[in-house]
Amino acid sequence: MNISDSSTVEDVVSCLREQDYLADEGLATAIFLALRLKKPLLLEGEAGVGKTEVAKALSSSINCEMIRLQCYEGIDASQAVYEWDYAKQLLHLRASEAAGISGSADISSLENEIYDERFLIRRPLMRALEQSQATPVLLIDEVDRADDEFEAFLLEILSDYSVTVPEIGTIKADNPPVVIITSNRTRDVHDALKRRCLYHWVEHPGIEQEVEILRVRVPHVPLALARHVAAVAAELRDMDLYKPPGVAETIDWVEALITVGADEIGPEVLDSTLGALLKYREDQQRVRTRGFGDVLAAIRQG
Amino acid sequence: MSLSLERTIDRHLVEFVETLRKKGISISLGSTLEFGRALAETGINRRESVYWSGRATLAIQPEDIEIYDQVFDQHWNRGIPQLEEVPDLNPLTLLFDEPSELPETEEEPTGITEEAINVRYSRTEILAGKDFAKCTEEELEELYKVMKQLRLHGQNKRSRRLKTSRNGRYLDLRRTMKAALRIGGDPIQLFFQNPGERPRRLVLLLDVSGSMETYARSLIRFVHAAIAGRNQVEAFTLGTRLTRLTRELSSRDPDVALSRAAQTVPDWSGGTRLGEGLRLFNDEWGIRGMARGATVVILSDGWDRGETEILEEQMERLSRVSHQIVWVNPLKATPGYEPLAKGMSAALPYIDHFLAGHNLVSLQTLTKVISE
Repeated sequence: MNISDSSTVEDVVSCLREQDYLADEGLATAIFLALRLKKPLLLEGEAGVGKTEVAKALSSSINCEMIRLQCYEGIDASQAVYEWDYAKQLLHLRASEAAGISGSADISSLENEIYDERFLIRRPLMRALEQSQATPVLLIDEVDRADDEFEAFLLEILSDYSVTVPEIGTIKADNPPVVIITSNRTRDVHDALKRRCLYHWVEHPGIEQEVEILRVRVPHVPLALARHVAAVAAELRDMDLYKPPGVAETIDWVEALITVGADEIGPEVLDSTLGALLKYREDQQRVRTRGFGDVLAAIRQG
Repeated sequence: MSLSLERTIDRHLVEFVETLRKKGISISLGSTLEFGRALAETGINRRESVYWSGRATLAIQPEDIEIYDQVFDQHWNRGIPQLEEVPDLNPLTLLFDEPSELPETEEEPTGITEEAINVRYSRTEILAGKDFAKCTEEELEELYKVMKQLRLHGQNKRSRRLKTSRNGRYLDLRRTMKAALRIGGDPIQLFFQNPGERPRRLVLLLDVSGSMETYARSLIRFVHAAIAGRNQVEAFTLGTRLTRLTRELSSRDPDVALSRAAQTVPDWSGGTRLGEGLRLFNDEWGIRGMARGATVVILSDGWDRGETEILEEQMERLSRVSHQIVWVNPLKATPGYEPLAKGMSAALPYIDHFLAGHNLVSLQTLTKVISE
């Protein structure tokens, strides 16, 4: 079933599950509403909780292209929407000159030739608006890295799904894309933009959910091992670390454990594979100095 | 569904939204309507549907979620609202989406420079050198008037965005092409560009513990001046906990800003655990990006009741991501002062500039350091 035909929140959950993405009710409701109300969905949350994955799962469920715009400091319209291929334009000018076209009467026709679609470089936002066949999924990743001006510009595009190229005219989307915006919250996204969007704060999954996620994403993991890994991850997230492990890290860790051939998690294995879970020296030290006792106790309880 | 029933539900929704607003969540009319539309999609038969529809449309930042949960429990715990017809609503004041809220792209007002202040306030010249702690209420009032006009010009850093420049390094093909077209296609006149500049982010951390009380009340005005003057400034108070004040202080009217801030900060004049506060800042905001490449100004006397090791570790983390750390300590001006307070000496190795902040003149020095 195609997720865009969902008529209930449960449909969304099962469609995402087909794509190996497990969503809880909150996230599924937000996605359902984004699809039905045709509004962008703004996802915030810690790094590694699976914000970007949502867009991937959506696009494979709709069976359409996922168009990704990675934001960064200083990004502007020429990288986000369109740019002219100046080098080709200049070449074309020289060529027509060589062919003997000149004089002021030809200038306007020359201009038409130059600002032709074949010299247009389409960047992600324009590509997302131009799709006429299927509704694309547009992922605007890490919008908090872009600056205020770009946000205002984005707001303009997202409010009527159209963009104007002075030399060509206005391009308006026949099928407005499904828009997923993610932010790591290094700064607040402007309220005006937030109000355009539906909002969901993505949390770390609970133990049960994480076990399911691990079994779906790493199909050959034994159930017992998945349980232990989820229990350890939950324990670490309670330990006041600088960077508690996200789902991405636990998936890495399970794969690491399987690769080294560990069926159980003992102190030695934990110690040698800790780098897959914790990426700060201070965090690793903290866990090591506290000893692995606490962490491993979680397994016995879980 | 009968019209009257629909109206009852609508009314219940509006009341719910109204209660959320009273508790401090800012919700626009647009979001309220969106909430109604969302419920039409998910239905109101299940508590969870109502809950998550509201979360997606009304609570637009994580801080809102706690309040939202409380209000939701009060409102919806009794299940679906009793379905009886109700008289018409009283008019409600609603918040509208205003396009004017968009960030302004125009140049920031340059404000009044330090020289101008000196010329205009002769009496202030004398006051400017006086320790805040020794000023009378009237003198403080007068100083505050001057501080209102302080404007910070932060450092710029290089942006990836290019700007036209006469002797730039990169060819501006767009303009060159336009010019070439005007004369029939020969790119004779070349235009160049260079990377532009953008203001470096400034993060202000103000200690509001008991030992800082006299100074904190003056320094917060400085913090306000810093925020009201430009974009890219963030402010927090460090006390028994960390409180973000950027939103509260962003009003241009200092009195409004300060009273909002005072309501928000729960721990004026409590104890400090500086290290713990910094740790929260690093975890929640700083390392993720807010302090990256930023100028961080810490306004504190360095008395830390917590463990010094924590402060040291957090200063090290902060110094690894920030551009520079400026520590402003009002006690530094005291004759014979040495940074012996445990916290202060632990922090010193990570500080780029160590300044006093006990009077207006020293704050002016601070504005210079920040802008150089």
